[in-house]
Amino acid sequence: MAHTTTIKAKASEKDYWKDLWRNKQLLWILSKRDISVRYKQTLLGIAWSVIRPLMTMLVMAVVFSFIAKLPSDPGIPYPLMILGGLTIWTFFANTFTQISNSIVLNSNLVSKVYFPRLIMPLSAVSVGFIDFLISLALFILLSVYYQYPPSINIIFLPVFIVFTFLTSLGIGLFFAVINVRFRDIAQLIPFMVQVGMYICPVAYSSRQVKDEWFYKYYILNPLVGIIDGFKWCLLGDKAYFNPTSLYSTILVSSLALLLSLMYFRRKENTFVDHI
Amino acid sequence: MPVITAENISKKYIIDHKRSKGASSLRDFVADTFEKWSPAKKKATFQEKEEFWALRDVNFSINQGDRIGIVGHNGAGKSTLLKILSRITEPTTGEVRIQGRVASLLEVGTGFHPELTGRENIYLNGAILGMRKDEIKRSFDAIVDFAGVEKFLDTPVKRYSSGMYVRLGFAIAAHLDPEILIIDEVLAVGDSEFQKKCLGKMRDVSESGRTILFVSHNLTAIQALCNKAFFFEKGQLVDQGDTTHIVTTYLSRVSHKNLERSWESFESAPGNDQVRIKGFKLLPEYQDDLKHIDVRTPMQFEFEFWNLEEGALLNLSMHLYSFTGECIFNVGTTAQPFSKGLVRGSCEIPGHFLNDGSYMVSMMIVKDTSTVLYNMEEALSFDIEDYRENVTWYGKWPGYIRPQLNFSISQTESVVND
Repeated sequence: MAHTTTIKAKASEKDYWKDLWRNKQLLWILSKRDISVRYKQTLLGIAWSVIRPLMTMLVMAVVFSFIAKLPSDPGIPYPLMILGGLTIWTFFANTFTQISNSIVLNSNLVSKVYFPRLIMPLSAVSVGFIDFLISLALFILLSVYYQYPPSINIIFLPVFIVFTFLTSLGIGLFFAVINVRFRDIAQLIPFMVQVGMYICPVAYSSRQVKDEWFYKYYILNPLVGIIDGFKWCLLGDKAYFNPTSLYSTILVSSLALLLSLMYFRRKENTFVDHI
Repeated sequence: MPVITAENISKKYIIDHKRSKGASSLRDFVADTFEKWSPAKKKATFQEKEEFWALRDVNFSINQGDRIGIVGHNGAGKSTLLKILSRITEPTTGEVRIQGRVASLLEVGTGFHPELTGRENIYLNGAILGMRKDEIKRSFDAIVDFAGVEKFLDTPVKRYSSGMYVRLGFAIAAHLDPEILIIDEVLAVGDSEFQKKCLGKMRDVSESGRTILFVSHNLTAIQALCNKAFFFEKGQLVDQGDTTHIVTTYLSRVSHKNLERSWESFESAPGNDQVRIKGFKLLPEYQDDLKHIDVRTPMQFEFEFWNLEEGALLNLSMHLYSFTGECIFNVGTTAQPFSKGLVRGSCEIPGHFLNDGSYMVSMMIVKDTSTVLYNMEEALSFDIEDYRENVTWYGKWPGYIRPQLNFSISQTESVVND
């Protein structure tokens, strides 16, 4: 006989995760939808995923190295360092933004059909991931141009990608829930992303701040470990990377993810009442 | 064995009178929090929030193969119930146990993306409704055929006509293969040709022994498709049982409040210094003891007013409007002089004349056949229910009027095969 479903207040299903797994095709199809819709009715299409990071890198390279005169890590071409940081930062920022908006953007689905709501934030990651892969390919090309091939550390790259994903999910899920109730969040997020870029070692090296008094607070930011580590994977041991910063990454991210998931699960059956 | 059991389910909404439903802003939240903590304003905030029970203590059980029609007025809680059963929202209290795979069709074409092609949307919508990819693949040709969109499969649906869009949406839903099917008023969309197709498909589904829950205002369709019915009123399940019985109960409770309006005192009556309205009445001659107006019911419309001017040459002009505001007809009386005092007009609307639907009446008092003395807009409103005999078609009957004309059919020649 078919399975039994029990519907009652404040009790998400006990086989929620099984349900989520059963809906993996929906996850895949929603991801595909977001990707194929992304550049519809644009002249340049998918080329935008290349143009955008390239332009941002050019602007930042000019502003920070020629105008602000920030130094690169010794022996590393400045544009490469920036593109490295920018690649992983953009991945985080896009994923975080898209996760935070995922429920509201899919409100037509939320109000008309049931599926584990976690599918929406999860599928929101797809677009950012494609952009990330393109940006990474761009980095490889640029490193060939600068005759600075990626080091053997690159084998650790997947670890940092997973960390980025989990961190963005941990923070994003929380905002996704709040966003349903208070649309102010959607206004706040671009601002948070903008500030975030300056407090993370995207355009500069953590070497610059490691002797400052605020370093012990700076390092609490889970993204510091991720971004430094990511650059270390691509640029080798010349890039500054303090492995202890990963402790806070692991601790803060997993705590955020745990709490966000609990919060999300508690609220997901009432999203429709606020949409 | 019951496949759906609901025990004491209730759903509460908090209505906020200060702001509209939906997204609220953080500013309001912060302001509210401050107000809540300041004792002086405590009472004020309290009054602005009101509890609203969309459903209250609903209990029922549905057996395998039951086809349940759900009737009730707007806001009776029908849609909320469907939302809870389809797990879109959770009940405030109570518990529902469901056995089997549920597919709910609360909207046609849920999640269609305008930029994607018909083909892509079939896969997208199918997955959203809970079909597996191989199921969609298997029914793909049947879906396309049912919707009649072969030529436009690779066109983005934003270029579809609204009819094609709806047809494609229903076609996908019609090929779901659940054990329990929940349908909300999908027949309200599409042309009559398509509605016929939908009802046919739903009859097929119901004959295959699946459990169906069906909300509709189309009582004829409910009577044809369902073997049992639930009657909801103000969030409560007030009656359940066999369809004919419930439909009868429902129709007998159709509100009569708008069929009569009157003003007792001259001072409070609407009007001006030439005429004052005393009252209106709509007197239906009910065809059966159900006491509801259907397409067969003749009605008498009565109207009374005070004439305040001696010897005024007056006539009445009555407009009948459809619910959407189109004027269906305008009739007038002949003009004649009246002395001061009460004047009464009456108009007969025959049975078998207006189609089912909602109507509004407005009344004009005209002087010297040219000057409008007073125009009482939306004086009365009334609903006409559908009624059919010996018909197996349940779609919406088209047109504003539904006259019984002399229309005959006969055999003029028989070909005898020998």
